[in-house]
Amino acid sequence: MTPATRTALDVVLRLGITLALTAGFLVVLLVITGYDPGQSLRALVNGAFGSWYAITSATFVRAVPLALTGLAVALAFRAGLLNIGAEGQLLAGAAASTAAAAVLGSSLGAAALPIILLIGMLAGSAWAGIAALLRQRFGVLEVISTIMLNFVALYAVGWLVRGPLQEPSQIYPQSVALDKALQLPVLLAGSRLHVGSLIAVLLAAAAWWWLRNTASGFRLRAVGLNSSAAATSGRINVARVSVSAFLMSGALAGLAGSVEYTGVTYALYENLSPGYGYTAIAVALLARLNPLGVLGTAILFGALQAGGSAMQRDAGVPIALVNVVEAVIILLVIAGDRVRLSLARTAHTVTPESVPPST
Amino acid sequence: MTNTNPTASALALRRVHKSFGSVRALHDVTLQVRAGTVHALLGENGAGKTTLMRIAFGLIAQDQGDVLVHGDTMRNHSALNAIANGVGMVHQHFSLVPAMTVAENIALGEYGRFDAKRVSARIRDIGERTGLVIDPQARVSDLSVSAQQRCEIVKALARDARVLILDEPTAVLAPDEASALLQWLRGFVAENSNHAVVLITHKLRDALDFADDITVLRRGESVSTGAADTFTESTLADAMLGPGDRAHAVESEVVPTITRHTDSVGAHHVVLQADALTVHDTRGVQRVKKASFTVRAGEIVGLAAVEGSGQAELLRAVSGLLPPSSGRLHAPADVGFVPEDRHRDALLLDASLTENFALRDAGTRRGRVPWTALAARAADVLRQRDVRAQSVQVMARTLSGGNQQKFILARALDEAPAALVVENPTRGLDFRAAAAVHDALRDARDAGIAILFFSSDLDEVLTLGDRVLVMHDGVLREVPREREVVGRAMLAAS
Repeated sequence: MTPATRTALDVVLRLGITLALTAGFLVVLLVITGYDPGQSLRALVNGAFGSWYAITSATFVRAVPLALTGLAVALAFRAGLLNIGAEGQLLAGAAASTAAAAVLGSSLGAAALPIILLIGMLAGSAWAGIAALLRQRFGVLEVISTIMLNFVALYAVGWLVRGPLQEPSQIYPQSVALDKALQLPVLLAGSRLHVGSLIAVLLAAAAWWWLRNTASGFRLRAVGLNSSAAATSGRINVARVSVSAFLMSGALAGLAGSVEYTGVTYALYENLSPGYGYTAIAVALLARLNPLGVLGTAILFGALQAGGSAMQRDAGVPIALVNVVEAVIILLVIAGDRVRLSLARTAHTVTPESVPPST
Repeated sequence: MTNTNPTASALALRRVHKSFGSVRALHDVTLQVRAGTVHALLGENGAGKTTLMRIAFGLIAQDQGDVLVHGDTMRNHSALNAIANGVGMVHQHFSLVPAMTVAENIALGEYGRFDAKRVSARIRDIGERTGLVIDPQARVSDLSVSAQQRCEIVKALARDARVLILDEPTAVLAPDEASALLQWLRGFVAENSNHAVVLITHKLRDALDFADDITVLRRGESVSTGAADTFTESTLADAMLGPGDRAHAVESEVVPTITRHTDSVGAHHVVLQADALTVHDTRGVQRVKKASFTVRAGEIVGLAAVEGSGQAELLRAVSGLLPPSSGRLHAPADVGFVPEDRHRDALLLDASLTENFALRDAGTRRGRVPWTALAARAADVLRQRDVRAQSVQVMARTLSGGNQQKFILARALDEAPAALVVENPTRGLDFRAAAAVHDALRDARDAGIAILFFSSDLDEVLTLGDRVLVMHDGVLREVPREREVVGRAMLAAS
């Protein structure tokens, strides 16, 4: 068995175990809180996978921002940076794209769309850049700074949609609806699935290839695995690699915001993201920080959110229950890693005799 | 509790044995610290000084033997127990919380409510009584190193320590600060016949000038003990260094080196050359003072020094990892470096051997990484250098320490660099693995590579080095390749 197939098998196995445990936990939770588990679970599964429309327009549409932010988190974590700020970077991207759309208007037509997306990426990068700068210059832990910047971004959006970016009638705290020409094209007629899904798939594949095959991708991984060895034995400029990883991570999260704005919401408002940037941490961790795996886990979490909404609608079960389940998945993943690590440690205590002589 | 008998022991360790795994750290060590005296504990790096004192302070448990404090045998000894019995220890690396104030640090470990005023009053009282004045409200991170040390001592005194153990306390101090501290220790034991001090050091002068009694440890055994005035620098150095290690002696018989290499030295060109090289560490402390030396192609220059003499900074400067602050350094663009801490500085433990192999050129590589070619080359290297691993796909973590080190050395030597800098390459390896590393280094030398080799084991420096440099307190000089001369230069004994 090659290491690649072993890893793939391992991921599938982990996913299976995690799903079974999660479903079991959800049933227990439903019983305890007095809901009919059969009916609730049926609503959840139907809401996520019950129809072609549910799959494409509920599950996949939610999976897109989760995949992009999940990639952002995975890339940062691979570099050893705990970027918890995908949510804030997403909002920065959405806000910047809104502003860009407002400035450009319909003057350029659809040609403005790539510019709007690019500006969103730059804004996400810049937002992450604040944390990168604080880390490099003052040693501020990025866990703290990025999580704080999430709130700054959230309230900044709150101010923008009541101030400079508010719609002209000034009644609703949101921006003006995005011009039809500037919206991301729908991919499948009759669904809400937009071109953003293609972008996510392409970027995941590109990130996977880049990490694996290029010198710069390897530098990022080396710094994440052991920054001290990277500097001493690899003569890698750790600061430069860290900062660029942070900026890339922010760009991906910012793009998630731009794509959500131009593909789904068509307007900026405070609750644009139901915490995609936070769920992204679970998406990335469950995928073991593998960019291709992120696509799979993003669909899983997209399904949970889509199903959760359906469960709330059809069975009256509060969506908070789904949030609890998501948190449990994160804990399961982390606990699983711990167990695997300690197992690996015992299995790998190599005695000289246990290694076959080289031939 | 008052003990007026001047010969009674404040702290005693009787027939203590301690092993870590298969490594014997202490063997049948007995230490008697008389009340009212300063007792110096001398020994080379790894002689077991710190281990012995960690046992005395209850931080680790002995395998055999007894710890007695003021005549009472300690059962289930622990640090809490030691503190309760009036033993205080100042570690080489301070155990203070930098973000907290002096008062908060000193109150740490006490129970009940933190009363800043009461603790501060206590600290001021100790300051008045002992002269160890320190601002209770100062934040530890704002204090100088010597003030932090004062804080550590005050912390011990605040817990009514009567026996103070200090591990290399002068290593971090400027000369005048060091003598002030040693003076203070003399005053401390003179003040009360119950007081005693154990001073762990490798500075002969400090032991001779300030201690009443001296015990010398060598390779985990107590080899000499007695009143300080019965020793001289010369007898102390002999006791510390011993007659030489038999294992190394056997090895040097197998590969006699001196003549062959003095012959060939002249024929080879200079690869590494430093003139008045001065290096500061990352905190801005000058660690290398105007060092000048050369290393020629095809020779191993051994570097001997006790821990913290500036050799780490010198080696990194030569390897191009730390920019020198002044002086000139001629070195080839490609200097291989084998760092002392292989897990921290040399390996990606959770990456494959191929990836670890690729790490060497990671900083400068552009474009795609030729993984297939690299895997093949890594596999070749494993074969040639007899690195035992199942394949190049396995994680570096799964290799034994000896094979990890052989791999690291092989990686540094791949594509024959002009120069190689090696730092303590056999640390933690068993004899067989160490011998394999030695062979690899000799082969590299014979292939014409210029090697600068540091080891904290004097015998290893003498065995491998064709010439020997000694570094003490940042000053580098070349000395004849003779055990006694090198040993004394290392310890700065005249």
